Amino acid sequence: MDTMQAFRDVAANPLAYGDQYHRTKDRPLMGYLCSWVPEELILAAGLHPFRLMAAKININRADGHLQSYCCSLVRGVLETALGGGFGFLKGVIFPHTCDSIQRLSDIWRLQGITPLHADLVLPVKLNNESARIYFQEVLTRLKVEIESWRGIAINDDDLRQAIALMNRIRQTLKDIFELNAAAPGIISAQDSYALTRSSLLMDRFDLAEKLALVKSELDSRLAEYQSGGGKRLIIAGGFCDLPDIYGIIANAGADLVGDDLCVAGRSWSEPVAADRNPLLAITERYLKRPGCPAKHQSVTSRGEHLLQLVREKKADGVIFTWLKFCDPHAFDYPYLKDFLDRAGIPSLALELEDQLPGDGQMKTRIEAFLETI
Amino acid sequence: METKEIPKVRAVKKMKELMTTYYIEAKTARDSGRKVAWITSGGPVEPLIAMDIIPVYPENHGAMIGASKMGVDLCQKAEAMGYSPDLCSYARSDIACAPLDGGPIGGLPKPDMLICCNNICGTVLKWYEVQARFFHVPLFILDTPCCHTTFSPEAKKYVLAQFDEYIRFLEDATGRRFDYDRIKEVGKLSLQAQRLWQAVLDMAINRPAPLSAFDAFFHLALIVTLRGTQTAVDYYQTLLGEIQQRVAQGIGAVGRETYRLLWDNLPIWYRTKWLSEKFSSLDACLVADTYTSAWCGSLKYINEENFLDSLAEGYCRIYLNIGIDQMAQEVIGMIDKYEVDGLVMHSNRSCKPYSFGQYDIQRIITKERGIPSLIIEADMVDERSFSEAQVETRIEAFMEMLAEKKSTHVSEQHLES
Ligand code: SF4
Ligand code: SF4
Repeated sequence: MDTMQAFRDVAANPLAYGDQYHRTKDRPLMGYLCSWVPEELILAAGLHPFRLMAAKININRADGHLQSYCCSLVRGVLETALGGGFGFLKGVIFPHTCDSIQRLSDIWRLQGITPLHADLVLPVKLNNESARIYFQEVLTRLKVEIESWRGIAINDDDLRQAIALMNRIRQTLKDIFELNAAAPGIISAQDSYALTRSSLLMDRFDLAEKLALVKSELDSRLAEYQSGGGKRLIIAGGFCDLPDIYGIIANAGADLVGDDLCVAGRSWSEPVAADRNPLLAITERYLKRPGCPAKHQSVTSRGEHLLQLVREKKADGVIFTWLKFCDPHAFDYPYLKDFLDRAGIPSLALELEDQLPGDGQMKTRIEAFLETI
Repeated sequence: METKEIPKVRAVKKMKELMTTYYIEAKTARDSGRKVAWITSGGPVEPLIAMDIIPVYPENHGAMIGASKMGVDLCQKAEAMGYSPDLCSYARSDIACAPLDGGPIGGLPKPDMLICCNNICGTVLKWYEVQARFFHVPLFILDTPCCHTTFSPEAKKYVLAQFDEYIRFLEDATGRRFDYDRIKEVGKLSLQAQRLWQAVLDMAINRPAPLSAFDAFFHLALIVTLRGTQTAVDYYQTLLGEIQQRVAQGIGAVGRETYRLLWDNLPIWYRTKWLSEKFSSLDACLVADTYTSAWCGSLKYINEENFLDSLAEGYCRIYLNIGIDQMAQEVIGMIDKYEVDGLVMHSNRSCKPYSFGQYDIQRIITKERGIPSLIIEADMVDERSFSEAQVETRIEAFMEMLAEKKSTHVSEQHLES
């Protein structure tokens, strides 16, 4: 369908989109590194939140800063930056998540890659009152920092409007993917991928409108939908950048009916409450949303969430993926797998290297896995 | 070439005894009715000592595993459990030890509680979560926000609030009230031990340096495990006395000290002897390191009169929890203090927060101090990431370069005079 073309274009070439945005729109672009940076705050300041993704290039300049045992997202983003790929960014906000991003932030600041640079040193534990207070105070600090960059005051109304916009976007994405879970394949794997990825990059006003169009087109197609009858899979784990693994899963003959990824389902799972102090409401959403391995809710929260997801989506199996050298995900995998094993849910682990292997290796592994379930 | 026999440091024997006693005590804690807490190396141990809880350090365990060359086997066992070979080898080997009671001391004493302070890395959070699930014991996380450029007022408030939560946690775990008088005593002893440890390390300012980083790696164990006790104070006092004597007698750590080097990152535990002999045979002494000094590096933030409060800043602003530009400044401080000719950096696959940023630190040092540096690729426990031939070649080439630099420097000075 044609409404999808815009998403495909952005997803295929994020840097070209960023560059064009910079040249044609009034909103300065603010880069951010993961879903722990509140897009609402960036939007409320009249900025455009642009998620950093690596260009598909060989690592060369970044080798002078980061060893080969650093994940490809961090190395790739730095490579892209040092090559001038993010010239359109006004600044970047680094959230505190993993050790690799912690050091990337330092390197970025020292290299002066973007005129503006901020660290959002969030708490690591999310399960008590002092952490909640600290979380909100850190957001307040970021707000003040952005205000001084912009020379403006961000008031609660600005924040509420941004919250409403982001809630709308998240809700529509959630609806679209719930529709796809009910009618697998109603949206192709390639398009699911394009939607997920471009929703982190596109102008959010534009995005909200286009997503609504996608949603109503899908609704209208539901009447003639016929199930392909593939195995129902959930993808879990993460990559701070999303390689096109959706397509490979579809080619192997399975239906992706849900995910526990920070770039997807986990990001749009919870709305921000509209009826209270905006920064408090944003904080509360973060504390509530399904867990990220770099943060602590409880020692079993991620396992419980995954099981619940599998049941809710009536999934036949789970594919775990993460980038090689990603500590938070690699540490959680054995226990998550154990949780599934004990519930009799089959799973497959795919650790991804820099580039997806080109020779159909992944597809073969997924096919072999599908035969066992 | 001189072949002067270097007398052994007598305290070594004492240290071995103390550590044995300590582990026996910890292993029989149940019989003596005491509780055991596992705690990260950068975590605040003082409240545990004040509560008469025995602190046990999985990282120290990791070091022992590495030194006894049991790392590869245990790491492989962790990999069979599903853990990626790219994870920290301390964590991997300790995780593999737990269900097997394996390793050099037949497993660590079982914990009654876990105390995880993330001021050193994010790995410890994940590692302690694994152990909390395995042992079914409560986990306390002391979250120390990274001070990239500053220690913010809100971070201070947050960490202070957590110190209170920490004390409540210990009261719940032991069923006893926290003794606020005792913590003052323990705090004093902890500071005293840290100052003594700093004094010991500072002895290496002397030429020849009476001790090397390899000695420091060994004598470190008590400042990690028993700071806050009289035992640690007594030990470092004795050690200091002995080292001072060596200075007076002009005894150096290596036979001939022509080059003074600084070590960065964790030791390569399974090759300390080899490395020590290698450098020594090339007339080089590793006079200081960024690792062992981390246990006294934040002394400047601690206030004896207000111990608990100042701990917050002290524990947040340790070497690994600051920006790499500040880390570079710390290194420069050490280069100047110990009059170092070259820098040896261990690029340690296991420890990402310690290793990422090393190249930038290296560049800052080259720019500001102009001293050469060498990077050794290895891992602290997992020998599979170590190539002896490669490391040897690199060390030799580096030392040749240093020699050349020194001789041109000397002849330049001749020309000038
Ligand atoms: S993929 Fe993992 S290691 Fe890499 S930036 Fe994300 S959380 Fe950090
Ligand atoms: S990652 Fe580094 S700081 Fe953390 S436990 Fe391992 S060696 Fe220690």
